Parts: sequence; C-alpha cells; structure tokens
Amino acid sequence: MIRAILIFNNHGKPRLSKFYEHYTEDTEQQIIRETFHLVSKRDENVCNFLEGGMLIGGSDYKLIYRHYATLYFVFCVDSSESELGILDLIQVFVETLDKCFENVCELDLIFHVDKVHNILAEMVMGGMVLETNMNEIIMQVDAQNKMENTFLWELFIGIKPEIGSNFK
Amino acid sequence: PLLRELIRTIRTARTQAEEREMIQKECAAIRSSFREEDNTYRCRNVAKLLYMHMLGYPAHFGQLECLKLIASQKFTDKRIGYLGAMLLLDERQDVHLLMTNCIKNDLNHSTQYVQGLALCTLGCMGSSEMCRDLAGEVEKLLKTSNSYLRKKAALCAVHVIRKVPELMEMFLPATKNLLSEKNHGVLHTSVVLLTEMCERSPDMLSHFRKLVPQLVRILKNLIMSGYSPEHDVSGISDPFLQVRILRLLRILGRSDDDSSEAMNDILAQVATNTETSKNVGNAILYETVLTIMDIKSESGLRVLAINILGRFLLNNDKNIRYVALTSLLKTVQTDHNAVQRHRSTIVDCLKDLDVSIKRRAMELSFALVNGNNIRGMMKELLYFLDSCDPEFKADCASGVFLAFTLKTIWLCPLCHFSFLQAGSYVRDDSVPNLIQLITNSVEMHAYTVQRLYKALLDDISQQPLVQVASWCIGEYGDLLVSGQCEEEEPIQVTEDEVLDVLEGLLVSNLSTPVTRGYSLTAIMKLSTRFSSVNRIKKVVSIYGSSIDVELQQRAVERIMKISLIDVALPLPGGPAPAPAPSVPTSQPTFLLDGISSQPLFNDIAAAGENLFDSLCLLSFLFQVNGANIFEWFILFYSTGIPPMTAYNKNGLKIDFTFERANPNPNIAVITIHASNSTEADMTDFVFQAAVPKTFQLQLLSPSSNVVPALNQGTVTQVIRVLNPQKQQLRMRVKLTYTHKGSAFQDLSEVNNFPPQSWQ
Repeated sequence: MIRAILIFNNHGKPRLSKFYEHYTEDTEQQIIRETFHLVSKRDENVCNFLEGGMLIGGSDYKLIYRHYATLYFVFCVDSSESELGILDLIQVFVETLDKCFENVCELDLIFHVDKVHNILAEMVMGGMVLETNMNEIIMQVDAQNKMENTFLWELFIGIKPEIGSNFK
Repeated sequence: PLLRELIRTIRTARTQAEEREMIQKECAAIRSSFREEDNTYRCRNVAKLLYMHMLGYPAHFGQLECLKLIASQKFTDKRIGYLGAMLLLDERQDVHLLMTNCIKNDLNHSTQYVQGLALCTLGCMGSSEMCRDLAGEVEKLLKTSNSYLRKKAALCAVHVIRKVPELMEMFLPATKNLLSEKNHGVLHTSVVLLTEMCERSPDMLSHFRKLVPQLVRILKNLIMSGYSPEHDVSGISDPFLQVRILRLLRILGRSDDDSSEAMNDILAQVATNTETSKNVGNAILYETVLTIMDIKSESGLRVLAINILGRFLLNNDKNIRYVALTSLLKTVQTDHNAVQRHRSTIVDCLKDLDVSIKRRAMELSFALVNGNNIRGMMKELLYFLDSCDPEFKADCASGVFLAFTLKTIWLCPLCHFSFLQAGSYVRDDSVPNLIQLITNSVEMHAYTVQRLYKALLDDISQQPLVQVASWCIGEYGDLLVSGQCEEEEPIQVTEDEVLDVLEGLLVSNLSTPVTRGYSLTAIMKLSTRFSSVNRIKKVVSIYGSSIDVELQQRAVERIMKISLIDVALPLPGGPAPAPAPSVPTSQPTFLLDGISSQPLFNDIAAAGENLFDSLCLLSFLFQVNGANIFEWFILFYSTGIPPMTAYNKNGLKIDFTFERANPNPNIAVITIHASNSTEADMTDFVFQAAVPKTFQLQLLSPSSNVVPALNQGTVTQVIRVLNPQKQQLRMRVKLTYTHKGSAFQDLSEVNNFPPQSWQ
C-alpha cells in the first residue's frame, strides 16, 4: 500500500501532498519536512530507496523517490509494494504529467496543483495502484476536463434532479 | 481573485511572515464569501483553500463548503468538492457522515465520471459506517461492464473490506469472472482485490487456488503475445500487471504443492526470458524470484532464482543491487548454500558508497559467516567496522559479535583485539558477562587488571568500565601490586595506591550506587590478598554502613551469580554467611576457581549480545594490533567447540581447547593449557596421552616444562587426534612434574569430550 505521495522542490516547498492514511495537519507537515530532510541529503548516485523516517511509520515503510530537475517525487510505501515497480510507476506519473502539461516544469505544478491531483486520482486510489497505462490515464483526464463548467443534467436526457436537496 | 492570481501573489512574499499575512488576509476574504453562501465563487475559494492547506495553513473552515460543492450539479464543483473532502475531511469529523447520501446518489449517477469520483472518494476515506451503508452499491458496480467503473469498484471494494472485514463474503460472487476481463486496468485491480481477499482469509485462499491455471494463462499471454503497442512499456507487455499476477501467484502457491507445481513452468519461463536491459524487466524478474523463493518450488528453480539475484548484485544499477541484497537476506536461512556462492560479491558491497546497500550487505554478511569462511569474513567485517559511519557501528559490532557467538560458542584466552570505536555503545548489563570473559582468560588476568587499573587512573566516569575494573582489582589485586604482567611493562603500584583508587570511587559523585557496591566489595576482597588489612577494615566500616545495604548486597550477589556459586559476603554488622559447599576450602582466595567452564558457556551463548558489549568495553583497553586481532578471532571463533577442563587436581588444571583441522575433518586439534594455582612452580612438567586403538595421536612439543605458580602462565601443547571412524573420543593422560622438591605422577581418564570434537 502507498501511504503517501509527496512532491516538493529542492528547498522543501511542497508542490503536492497526498496522504492515503489519516494524519493530523501538523503531522502531515512534519512528515513533509522530515521526508525532505532525508531525501535531500542523498547523493546523486545512490539507490532510490530509503528507510522511512520515524513519523511515517517504522520498519515496514520505505521511501522510494526520484529526483527530476528541481523536484523530488516521493512515494512512501509499505512492504506490499514492489520497490522496482513503484520506481516504474513514478516514471509513468511523470511522463503523464509531461504529456498533459506539455514539457511539464515546476511552475505547472505550482499553478495547477488541482489538475495534478486529478491526474494522480486516475493512477492511485486509496493507496493502491489503479491504472498504469499512460494513454488510458490521459484519455480519462481529458474527458473529465472537457466536462468542466458544464451542468451535469445537461448531459442526461430525462429527470432533472433537485438542486441542493441532498443535505440540509 | 482566481487561484492562480492568489498563487502568484503568495509567491511574491519574501518572508514566512509576509506569506502568513497574505494568507490570513485571503482566508478572511474567503470566510466572508462562504458566509454569503455565494455559489459562484465557492469552487474557486475551496480550490484556494486547498492550496493554502498544502502549504501548511489551517483550512478546516472549508469542510462544510466541500460538501456543498459535492452536492452541486456542476462537474467542476463536484470535482473540487470531492478533492477537498479527501484532503480536509476524515472519519473523526461528523461532517464526514453527511457525505454518505451524496456519494450514494453519485454512485448511481448517469455520468461515469461522477460515479468515478464517488468511488474514488469512498475508496480513499470512507469510514466503516459509510462502507457498510454503501457496500451494496460498490458490489453492483463491480459487476458492471463499464471497465472504467469496474476497475475503480474493485479498489473501492478493497477499502471496504479493510474497513469492514465481515463484508468480504459479499464480494465473492462478483469476483467470479473478474479475470476474464480483457481490459488490463480491470485485470490489474481485480488481482489486487483477489490478493487482498486471499491475504485476509485462509478460506478465500483455498477457494481462489483454482484460479491458478487462469492466472498462469494470462501471464503466458502477456509474455508470448508479442508486441502490443497498447500495453507496451519498454518492450514488455504491461509489466505492472505481470508483477501483480506474480505476487498473487506467490500467495496462492505458498505452502501448497499442487499450486506450486502448476506455476513452476511459467516461473521458469519468465525467469529465463525476461529482457533485463530496462528497469521494468528487472522489476518482473525480481518479483519472479521472490515468488520462486516463497512457494514450494523445485530446487533447480530455486537455484536459478538465487543465481538471478547473484547477477543482480553485479548490476551497475544501485537499485537492482539493493533489491537483490534485500531478497538474499530473506532467503539466506532457507537456501544458505546457494547464497554462499555469492559471498564474495556480497562482501564487495560492504565497500559501496550507498548507505542503504552497505547496511544490507552487512546484515547479509553476518548471516553468511560459518566455520569455513570465518577468517576471510572476519577480516572484511573488521575493516568495515573500523571505517563505517557512527550510525552503523553499534549494529555492526553487535552483529559481528552475535554472528560469531551464536555460531561458535567458544571462549579462549584473550589476546589483543579492538572494538575501540564502538566502545561508547556498551550497555550497563554487560558487566557480569565481561567479568565472566575475564575470569575464563586465566593467563590474561595480570595484564587485564593492569590495563583496567590504568584506565581507572584516566577516567572514572564510564560506569560499566569502572565496575569491571573494580571487580578485577578486587579479584587480582595481588597480581597488580606484584607486577606480574608479562604482556607489557608492569607498573609499579603499592597496595595503598590501589586502595586509594578504590576509595576514590566510593566518594566520587560520578559513581552510581551500583559502582560503589562493586568498589566496596573489591576492597573487602582485597582483605584476603593484601596485607594492609587494618586500612581495609576501617574503610569497610566507614562506608559499608553508609552505603545502601541492599544495593551492596545486590551488587555482590550479581557478581557471585557469574561464578554460579551462591555466596553471601559478610556485610559489616550482618549475619555470618552460610558456607558455600562448592568453594574449594584449600583455596580461600580465589572464589571463582574450580568451576567447570562448560555450563557457563551456554549462559554466555544465551547472553550473546551482551557479551559483545563486554568486548566493546575491553576495547577501551586493548590496542589495535593488526595481526593479533585476526589471530585472536581465529582462535576465538574458529571451531564452535566449547573448551573443557580435562584434569583438575592438587592445584594443577588442564584445559583442552579445540580446533578443526582444515581440510581434513577427521582430525581434531586439541591444545592443552596447563595452569598451576599453588604457590610453587611445577617444574619438569610432562604431559602424555594415550588413545584407544581406532584413533591415532600425535603430540607436538610443549611450550615449556615449567608451569608457573599462582596461575601466572600456562604451558600449552598441541595434540592432533585422527578419528576416521568418528568414534567417541576418550583419552588417558599421564602427568609428571616436580613440585616443592617432590616428584608427582598421576594418571587420569578424560571422558568428557564435547560431542562436536569427535562427531
């Protein structure tokens, strides 16, 4: 299971933080800081696996990371995930971002963090890998983007649902 | 302002304080906008809130707004609403439950992407109640023909099962034809679902074993199908799915012969045919190896797997080396010999610059140490210990020691060695074990007490060290003052100086009560060894009563436990102690003599790790001396056969220590160590031995024919016994020597050879 997916830059500024387990806001920030601390110490030519820090969970957890230009992509996983497989997944994620944003760079992530979340949501769900086929992911993200600013009942011929009646 | 305008603004902040101010301002604006119940800007505001939340600012006042967005009929609103819910909400808020109805409706929505959002949110953060309420909807969607929804439903089901395990049964029917799907996304998540079910329930596991043939077929198709652009990643067809299937196969094949057999062929095929030039190929290969090692595969396949790992170790890619070491660590117990073949590569990894790799290589090296490779391994591990980072030292030293003692429970006379740098990692409970070590190293007593005394002169703050030093001085103080040390220049020290030092410990603020107990006991013991008895009596009466008596008693008892004798030392004012039957009355001074060493070794073996700490302590004292370290360790650890006392009469004690002669295992190499505890030398000492007819014996020249008095040295001699029939070793020994002018001769049978010496 993937416990968290973090993207931060070379200075530790978070660009995306997705936790698949509940932590308090303070703990989340601490985890981000600690992860940055661990990962930024690493040399360029060492392996991409690190034992996790204290906060995110002890001996069963690993940090699997990749460093692209000014950004660190870190997946915090437990032993049920294949380390090499996750490395490949990070690659797919970044390539997908690259396709969606056309030569993605840090600024894209900064200004469109919600879009990055949407892309990620088509890849990982509940801490588990959902889809790994890049074209499939992009297709689904595009279709949903096309639906922006539309009213859903416009798409459905038939009964108009009552607006605002779903809860008090 | 729009989200991007806000972001731009925030980025202009030059300090944390400036940023905080901007954010607070924006939050206030957002709050008032929320209060106005303005639908138009709600989406944008929540998006901004999420951004600020990511930076670490509180955003909980937006939770309710997320719900309103979820209920909206605009897709954009729903999207942000659900995202916000996932980021800001959790089970512990009541607000969370209000989502249930929304999600239920959206699960049944006509638009698949809305259904997808609902499934996603439920699958990420649904509480047990929500899962219970909505499980039925999820189950329905698991059976849909819409592959987009089906794959999401599968993962959502996993979440539901995790939250409410009792509901697992409910999803069973829906799993029936999950594997017949063509869509890889569905296949993938279906395998995840099946894996989860199998891991949770042994019944499910047995039930799903029948899927093995189908899984094997799917895997085969992936490998053999040729180029499929849709699923291709670096020339391999859907490597992620392959890895998933391999993992499920592992779980199904574990401890089941039939399943294991059914997957044997495909595993061999994947193992030999997978292209390894890219990481994806290696990921598959790695998963295959793990599966092979975990199921009941035939030995040929296992060897193939380990060889793949061996190849991984030579790969330039550090990640590959890392996973190889991790896997080898898991298999080294069960497939020890196969892993041994890669020992030299593993040892090379100790020199890797990467900390993660070094650590794994270290752990693996420990596991690989055995009687045959001990010399080489020890050398490498000592270099490693010497040069490794501080974060490693404790574990490394500990591991080095554990590996050796657990494999080879044998103590021998101490020589020089060093764990210098790891010295500060010693634990307090190592003291009794270290004392035991010192006790057994008979010829080193004079040297040890001298070194420890000198250490005390330098530094009395390290409590374990001080305690051991006190004990030694109490025990061997006479050797100290008489300058018996042979290994280095004996120091000139008087009884008074020694007592000064011990008394100094009693008064020092640095000494703990336990330490004071040790030093007081030492002073008391010296009353039988030193001549300045009056001084001692005075000290004892002053301090004995003011120091916590219970602590004193405990400290003493702890010391006594080491010697396996239950003796209560006389405390000032206390009752007279009962005499201890096992203390030989002819030798009042040495309480620890006359004990058979054998049972103690078992204790020490059990102590294992603590003994390491004892060695660490000694590292304070002994100098690094290249050749000696290795000699010591070779002696110390080379066989695993415990030493024994062969003869012990009239003050003459003869210990046997053992070595296996390489390469001939039928030859036992026995070294005799003769020591003399009487006050006069034993001269013209001759040791002779005879063995039964089926053995052959060779006696080499002795080190000397004078056994010095008072245990000040030993005579050693090597015996080689050829025992081709592996019969129980027996020996008859004849001893002749001159003592105090008279000639002595004795014949004795030695029958208590440890089984390992002749088996």
